[in-house]
Amino acid sequence: MSATFRIAGAGRLKQAKIAGFSFDGRPYTGIEGDTLASALLANGVHLVGRSFKYHRPRGFLSAGAEEPNALVEIKRDAARKTPNVRATVQELYDGLTAQSQNRWPSLAFDIGAVSSIASPMLSAGFYYKTFMWPKAAWKNLYEPKIRAAAGLGVAPDQPDPDHYSARFAHCEVLVLGGGAAGIAAALAAAETGVRVILADEQAEFGGSLRFESGAKIEGQDGFSWAQSALAKLSAMDNVRVLPRTTAFGYYAQNFVGLVERVSDHLQSPGRDLPRERQWQVRAKRVVLATGAIERHMVFADNDRPGVMLASAARTYLNHYGVAVGRNIGVYTANDSAYAAAIDLKKAGINVAAIVDLRDNPTGPAIDEARALGIEVNFGRAVIRAGGKLRVSSMTVQPKNGGGERTIPVDAILMSAGWTPSVHLFSQSRGKVAFNDETKRFVPGIYAQDCVSVGACNGTDGLSATIDEAYAAGAKDAGSKPAKGTKPKVDASESWSRGMLGAAPGAGADATVKAFVDFQNDVTAKDIRQAVHEGMRSIEHVKRFTTNGMATDQGKTSNMHGLAIAAETLGKPIPQVGLTTFRAPYTPVTFGSIVGLARGPLFDPTRKTAIHPWAERQGAMFEDVGQWKRAWYFPKPGEDIHAAVDRECVTVRKTAGLFDASTLGKIEVVGPDAAKFMELLYTNPWEKLEPGRCRYGIMLREDGFIYDDGVVGRLAADRFHVTTTTGGAPRVMNHMEDYLQTEFPHLNVWLTSITEQWAVIAVQGPKSRDIIAPLVEGIDMSDEALPHMSVREGRICGVPTRLFRMSFSGERGFEVNVPADYGEAVWEALWAEGQKHGACAYGTESMHVLRAEKGYIIVGQDTDGTVTPNDAGLDWAVGKKKADFVGIRGMARPDLVAKGRKQLVGLKTRDPKVVLEEGAQIVADPKQAIPMKMIGHVTSSYWSQNCGRSIALGLVAGGRDRMGETLYVPMPNGVIEVEVTGMVFFDEKGERLNG
Amino acid sequence: MLLIRCPYCEEERPELEFRNAGEAHIARSPNIAGESDDDFEKFFFIRSNPKGIIYERWRHMHGCARFFNAVRDTVSDRFLMTYKAGEPKPAKLPGAAK
Repeated sequence: MSATFRIAGAGRLKQAKIAGFSFDGRPYTGIEGDTLASALLANGVHLVGRSFKYHRPRGFLSAGAEEPNALVEIKRDAARKTPNVRATVQELYDGLTAQSQNRWPSLAFDIGAVSSIASPMLSAGFYYKTFMWPKAAWKNLYEPKIRAAAGLGVAPDQPDPDHYSARFAHCEVLVLGGGAAGIAAALAAAETGVRVILADEQAEFGGSLRFESGAKIEGQDGFSWAQSALAKLSAMDNVRVLPRTTAFGYYAQNFVGLVERVSDHLQSPGRDLPRERQWQVRAKRVVLATGAIERHMVFADNDRPGVMLASAARTYLNHYGVAVGRNIGVYTANDSAYAAAIDLKKAGINVAAIVDLRDNPTGPAIDEARALGIEVNFGRAVIRAGGKLRVSSMTVQPKNGGGERTIPVDAILMSAGWTPSVHLFSQSRGKVAFNDETKRFVPGIYAQDCVSVGACNGTDGLSATIDEAYAAGAKDAGSKPAKGTKPKVDASESWSRGMLGAAPGAGADATVKAFVDFQNDVTAKDIRQAVHEGMRSIEHVKRFTTNGMATDQGKTSNMHGLAIAAETLGKPIPQVGLTTFRAPYTPVTFGSIVGLARGPLFDPTRKTAIHPWAERQGAMFEDVGQWKRAWYFPKPGEDIHAAVDRECVTVRKTAGLFDASTLGKIEVVGPDAAKFMELLYTNPWEKLEPGRCRYGIMLREDGFIYDDGVVGRLAADRFHVTTTTGGAPRVMNHMEDYLQTEFPHLNVWLTSITEQWAVIAVQGPKSRDIIAPLVEGIDMSDEALPHMSVREGRICGVPTRLFRMSFSGERGFEVNVPADYGEAVWEALWAEGQKHGACAYGTESMHVLRAEKGYIIVGQDTDGTVTPNDAGLDWAVGKKKADFVGIRGMARPDLVAKGRKQLVGLKTRDPKVVLEEGAQIVADPKQAIPMKMIGHVTSSYWSQNCGRSIALGLVAGGRDRMGETLYVPMPNGVIEVEVTGMVFFDEKGERLNG
Repeated sequence: MLLIRCPYCEEERPELEFRNAGEAHIARSPNIAGESDDDFEKFFFIRSNPKGIIYERWRHMHGCARFFNAVRDTVSDRFLMTYKAGEPKPAKLPGAAK
């Protein structure tokens, strides 16, 4: 199909480069430099979407980022499908494939449009009223149906294959918006030598100079001046120019988020290019040059395809060389639409009539329109647009009533005036002020170091804009005075203010649909109805009607909605107030927010020195915090149960090797190290001899268990503290906090040594036989190295801190070696272990072995509400100590009250039944539901060594219930359990020396 | 993202490097074990949670790792000043938000 609406000699695109594309499967051609919107319009295509709620046929309203209607899906391949792309900002490339959304079976015939007929039921607040009953139907019927019928595009169902990058940047002046104002401000700032970033959401800079044919600066037409100024800026070392870049959020202390669309406009983006790049910019000063957005007129059926903003039609003509129709009507309440009519008329397009709501406007634009022979009607309103899939006529009536006249047209250009884009200013927490004379909200009180210039500041006229912007850019920017000169404006256009709210054609009667918010299908009637139903606050009106809540965030609708609400309430606009502007300014992809933080880069993965060995052995791994820990080591044919049973039995029969490197390790060093330990742990430390170890409990100030671990005293002034794997960072923070702020008089240094030492636990009756041959300088006899002691020496020729300790109840050692030697020492110990039939075991067997001995795991058997007494660890609290963190909290009335949940052992009546961790415990299973729950299971395993299941649980008054039968109700029946002590294996602890 | 001046590093750094550590100037009694329930409640549970000026602790976690104090306006999120741990509550605050 040839592009029949392309006007020869109009626009700035070079006809040479033709791009083929498809829309809904039909092939078209456009020109390089087109947007999808301009290319479709060049082919006479206006119908591009169906509306959100009523499925009304929709066309292009705008030529920019404010577009509410023309949302399409852009598909590169099966995984690269982007829904809800505004066709007005999507640049065309050869081979682009676009599809319309929210229609079935086709765009021209959409079954969902019956909701338009049923629309009396779908008025404001209909969700809240209609779909209330029966309750279950919301989840099962209404919500799925509504979601299927309404809604925007469909999210892709495959992982996003594109990559996204992120950058931080700093500058003295950040200029947002690259129209005349932004360019002038950037020029002034750049000439002082400071770092400047200039960003604009469009592919080409120029802003409204793209369509303002009447602008002349420095002897050139406005757009050409913008391009030469930009070339000058781009060549400066201190300036970064970012096209296709949207400032989406303005945060505290001049921190601004930008998204740069790097490759969405390219036919085949190379794999080296990110799709988007997120910029996090910290600016000393921000210049807001975000312009203004034209408003539509609110009248009946103002959403018919072909009805669009006057400035959009002008942009399509003057920039893209496209006429939006052949016989055009204009409906306006201000001067700017006249310029559109004049430009189109000069390009040879018939302008059927201009309908101006104003009574007797005067000015050069009006004179010029008349001189060109365009019919101009004052004091009249368009009360209706004809046509369905495309506008076919406009019906005109004197605004105070009277005879109707229907004029055939194929496009209607509207302008109700311009709304300053104060979005970013408002996001910066600036307060807007209402100018009663111009009926505009403009920046009032600033909260941050920023300045608004040009149309977004309510400044009218190109000369005034450039004066203001140039002065703002030069102000305080740098040490050097600006050496350039302010751009001279030779000619410009001037616009008047226009109107807010519903025009006479918005109709009071219920059958008229005069749209305020196109994307969410909110009509003038809906807003009036919201007020009649009791909404008084504009925030309530917004939520009740959803006005301004769509993805366009009401860029064209908010002011109309506010004015209609104010009129219905009988209050002036500033008293009704503006809804809050929130980030993002335009929708931001998840990709650009996530950036590089996906897949392996989402979170760091920590691996121990012995990890490669475990991998080679075919270990299964589990995630513990950021660590990968060997979970179990299956032999061929073994499942987890078989592997864990074998590992547990082997450890108790001969020995096992376990990688304990992930345990947190902190070295506490200094003359006051013991004093510090006394304060941070419940246990006494002063009298612990160097070379001995102690199991320590750390509390929070509230008296609850925070962490635990074995601590070795290497010397009078040196402790080697171990923490739980997950607790290491918070324990370090807790210690530093007290050392720096509560006990700064103590002379102590804390050093995290978790990653410096690899730790190999060797547990089992043969453990000493395995280690001894490799150790130098340490007497391994029970007399010289009893249980709970530590020695420094060498193993395999490298330094070691050798702990004799046990988390299995067997004779056991933990061999600490510098991490770089971890794998080699493990290999040597493994070779020794093989001679004795030892195994490697993982975290699952470690858990079972410790549970068999009733050793707790902080965070599994405790939950932040468990005291040492609750956990049966009173013996580890120094009774004679005057102070330690938690000493007072522990004595709170509720923490010493009777009936607290205490940790006990649980044995099922049927030894083969393994309880579920987290299962609730009750005293009487026959009581009515909801039952009184008296505790829960914290740890539960099959113990091959005990030949039965074992469990630990927190039970109210648990230690007074020894031997009692309690019950665990489960979906498949009630499980009987007996309350027991916590030690299931070797109750006397003889095997520690076995 | 806020900019926070570390009084030890003596420069403004992005918020990413810091962790908030709760209200400042709440002293732990040297005789905490002998404290009454009421006094312990005040020390451990009661916080001012003001609308406006708050004195709070921050840690330059990914920098010098020091704890320090800050004065922040909870309404504007603006930091008025920061000072070293152990220093007294400033008697005078620098000019409020402009």
